[in-house]
Amino acid sequence: MSGGVDSSVAAALLRKEGHEVVAISMRLYETAPRSDRSCCSPDDMFDARSVATRLGIPFYVANYVDAFRERVIDYFVEEYRRGRTPNPCVACNNHLKFDVLLGRTKALGGDWLATGHYARIEHDGERWKLLKARDLTKDQSYFLCGLPRELLGRIRFPLGDMAKTEVRALADEAGLPTAFKPESQEICFVAGTSYRDFVKEKLAQEDVRPGNIELEDGTVLGQHGGIHEFTIGQRRGLGIAWPEPLFVKRVVPETGTVVVGTKAELSSTGLIAGTCNWLRWDTPPGPFDAEVKIRYRADPVPCHVSPRDDGAVEVTFRDPQKAVAPGQYAVFYDGDEVVGGSVIEMAISGAPE
Amino acid sequence: MRAWLDEPSVWAANPSSIHAEGQRARAAVETARRQVAECVGGNLADIVFTSGATEANNLALRSLPHPIATTAVEHPSVLSAAVPLLTLPVDAHGRLPAPDAFVADAVARGAKSISVMLANNETGNLHPVAEIAAAARAAGLRVHCDATQAVGRVPVHALDLGVDLLSFSSHKMGGPKGIGALWVDPDTVLDVLIRGGHQERGRRGGTENVLGAVGFGAAAAALADDDLPRIAALRDKLWAGIALIDARARVNGDPDARLPNTLNVRFPDVDGEGLLMNLDLEGIAASAGSACSAGSLEPSHVILAMGVPEREARGSVRFSLGRDTTDDDIDYALERLKMILARLRAPGWGAPP
Repeated sequence: MSGGVDSSVAAALLRKEGHEVVAISMRLYETAPRSDRSCCSPDDMFDARSVATRLGIPFYVANYVDAFRERVIDYFVEEYRRGRTPNPCVACNNHLKFDVLLGRTKALGGDWLATGHYARIEHDGERWKLLKARDLTKDQSYFLCGLPRELLGRIRFPLGDMAKTEVRALADEAGLPTAFKPESQEICFVAGTSYRDFVKEKLAQEDVRPGNIELEDGTVLGQHGGIHEFTIGQRRGLGIAWPEPLFVKRVVPETGTVVVGTKAELSSTGLIAGTCNWLRWDTPPGPFDAEVKIRYRADPVPCHVSPRDDGAVEVTFRDPQKAVAPGQYAVFYDGDEVVGGSVIEMAISGAPE
Repeated sequence: MRAWLDEPSVWAANPSSIHAEGQRARAAVETARRQVAECVGGNLADIVFTSGATEANNLALRSLPHPIATTAVEHPSVLSAAVPLLTLPVDAHGRLPAPDAFVADAVARGAKSISVMLANNETGNLHPVAEIAAAARAAGLRVHCDATQAVGRVPVHALDLGVDLLSFSSHKMGGPKGIGALWVDPDTVLDVLIRGGHQERGRRGGTENVLGAVGFGAAAAALADDDLPRIAALRDKLWAGIALIDARARVNGDPDARLPNTLNVRFPDVDGEGLLMNLDLEGIAASAGSACSAGSLEPSHVILAMGVPEREARGSVRFSLGRDTTDDDIDYALERLKMILARLRAPGWGAPP
């Protein structure tokens, strides 16, 4: 329980169904920046505790500061150092919530772990499936692409069928102190500052790589203060006057070069992604058609997926896609079902370079 | 105490008022003061009521000549007091050096006073305060003793100890929380901490906590030594049982000189946080370390000061027994502990924390 409205209502619903519920808040970083828009600060722990008291369930704070630093914050900084765009929420789900916390659930004698995520896990008579939330505007299945397939039956998302408005109404009705808390939208551990400042502070001096901003043909348009400030598809903050809008196309960490181009140049025909976490099968029987989401806020688009022998996957879009960012996740869907997901290693450009 | 609860003067009247109700409240406070003084072998005039031992320690330390030599295993209210401190180490069992050597070291480092606890709150270790105080006096040093954990569990006599200041607390001897006391040698002048009134003979401002004082006095008057051998036997039974369940378990603390009611056990290779949560879920109130502001556990500074690695310090749990603890309670705790340790060591879902 983060101290937000979603996990509060998830706990309340389970309690209402008569389950024996134990609330756990994860403490993830040392000194929480004071902000209303993130979770896991001491204030949020206080809120979570109030909710647990209100629901009459035991409440504990689990200290996962070390694991979070190693597996989320260090990863986050390292990805920016490599000129990539990390997804810390996926990392947190993979390594904290659905790994150590799931382990803790068993160690406490629990049958399953529930969270306030907007997604569904259902059994169709043959196997467990991870599905999009009923409320597609809140769907968080993208962030859950790394769930362990063999443990899907140990995980529940009580809010999967609900709309956010219903959740808030339920919280209000139940008198939960978190009913009207604002949404958490920032990356929790950088709340109160910008992710650029956060990363720069964590990077070793020699890893802050200033360099040129160039066009694909090598024309130097300007300089920048460090590649960690750039993400594929980024338009703002380039500081360059040019007849057409320019976007970040590639980041070359070795030289500190940020390559920019026009919107048309941003297109990719496909991508290569790393070892895939499959949720439908142990390993896929062969190439298949699916839809792919290349970032959380992207719509799923049709594609062809070719698993390679080394576990990586090659993805070909039916229509070219813009701003494929290494470090983000490619999550494959069949309708509502999450088939699998893996980290994007590189974009495949249609035009020869 | 119940009789006093029905007495309006105890909770309504100001002991400093001259009216009859005020005088009854004054009488209640002074009766309590006598009871509290007697439980440490002192005179009524030498007791300053405070909000608790934390305040008593803060008041004591600011009243002694600086710098003050103390030990690495003191309570945070000593270690964080806003005065210059010299923190002396303990050995692997949490023991202090021999009294003469301890004082000689303090003198060599330039200490003008010594603050040492009588019993450690985490290990239960008993320190040779009388011997330290004698050596300190001979060397011209002043001495404060934090006796919070000891009063009520071993006989404590301020004059026999030969200290200048002695802190202790109501709730550690079965009285209400929110009140404690500093016994002050008649020749010692306090540097007043809480100002704004002539109460406590000008040594602590603020209207007296009459109800707290009455409870404190009642608890002090009810102290009895005759139950201590029984509690020690139960404590030893608990340890014998734990040693049978887990051959790797070790006692944190002095094998020879400890409080009769305290057992601090280190379980190597056990997730201490999960152990505590499990114990609580089974109705066994144990504790470990201290909670941070967000409520998660930090490893005990006492156990760390003994040179125990952080991971094992996190797997250290304190069991405290009281007058209400029965033989059946020990059997129950052992039976549950056996189940919990097996559960914690079973292969888990996900990675170990």
